[in-house]
Amino acid sequence: MQLDYFQLIDRIVDLNLDEKRITVEAEVPTNHTIFEGHFPGFPIMPGVLLTEAMAQSSGWLILGVLKFERMPFLAIVKEAKMRGFVSPGQLLTIEAKLEHEGSGFAVTKAKGRVGKELKCSAEITFGLAPFPDPALRVHMDAMANKIGFPLQAITHD
Amino acid sequence: MSSTFDQIANIIAETCDIPRDTIKPESHAIDDLGIDSLDFLDIAFAIDKAFGIKMPLEKWTQEVNDGKATTEQYFVLQNLADRIDELVAAKNAAPGA
Repeated sequence: MQLDYFQLIDRIVDLNLDEKRITVEAEVPTNHTIFEGHFPGFPIMPGVLLTEAMAQSSGWLILGVLKFERMPFLAIVKEAKMRGFVSPGQLLTIEAKLEHEGSGFAVTKAKGRVGKELKCSAEITFGLAPFPDPALRVHMDAMANKIGFPLQAITHD
Repeated sequence: MSSTFDQIANIIAETCDIPRDTIKPESHAIDDLGIDSLDFLDIAFAIDKAFGIKMPLEKWTQEVNDGKATTEQYFVLQNLADRIDELVAAKNAAPGA
């Protein structure tokens, strides 16, 4: 995770476009100023960041399903549940599944685990829009490369 | 079995917290009920799920923006119900349906 850049996902472990699901990993930093305030003596990942991590995981899945033709933007978070504490240094594994691809929107369900323990879950809706700026598309390509997005998954079908 | 209008009215009431008895067939989703685009995403998801269809919202929006259709054709609820019935009929008539 690079919390200062709001990059919560470290790597894509699996992307299955037939089943429309993705698994990613995110290593919570051992040290960060966030943990100095949240909370002193009891550092834990803020729920909003766990939610953002589930949204980013879902976003990569949608980008794969759409073959990077449109950008998903977070619109609605439902049933967001923080089921357990996530601490500095822990490895978060997030799975997301596409529930529905509508006209101009997509809905996913995501779950985050540490080991086998379920820590968070949510149903997330995204608006789908053309990339508003070429620089964003370039950035997403670079990020895709960085986190190991399997480009062959969207070029061979 | 309830009508298509009743089903979408129930969805709107539940999704947008609008009293069910204020939702009429002649209600305009935007002008009368004040539903915004974000709430309509939620409604579209619920309608797509309930009827097993994919409402072509982007196509409809484009038609309105191009002056080829009016918002009343798609957002007055009885008209929306008629559009949904057409989509369901088209789906059922498709090969493999």
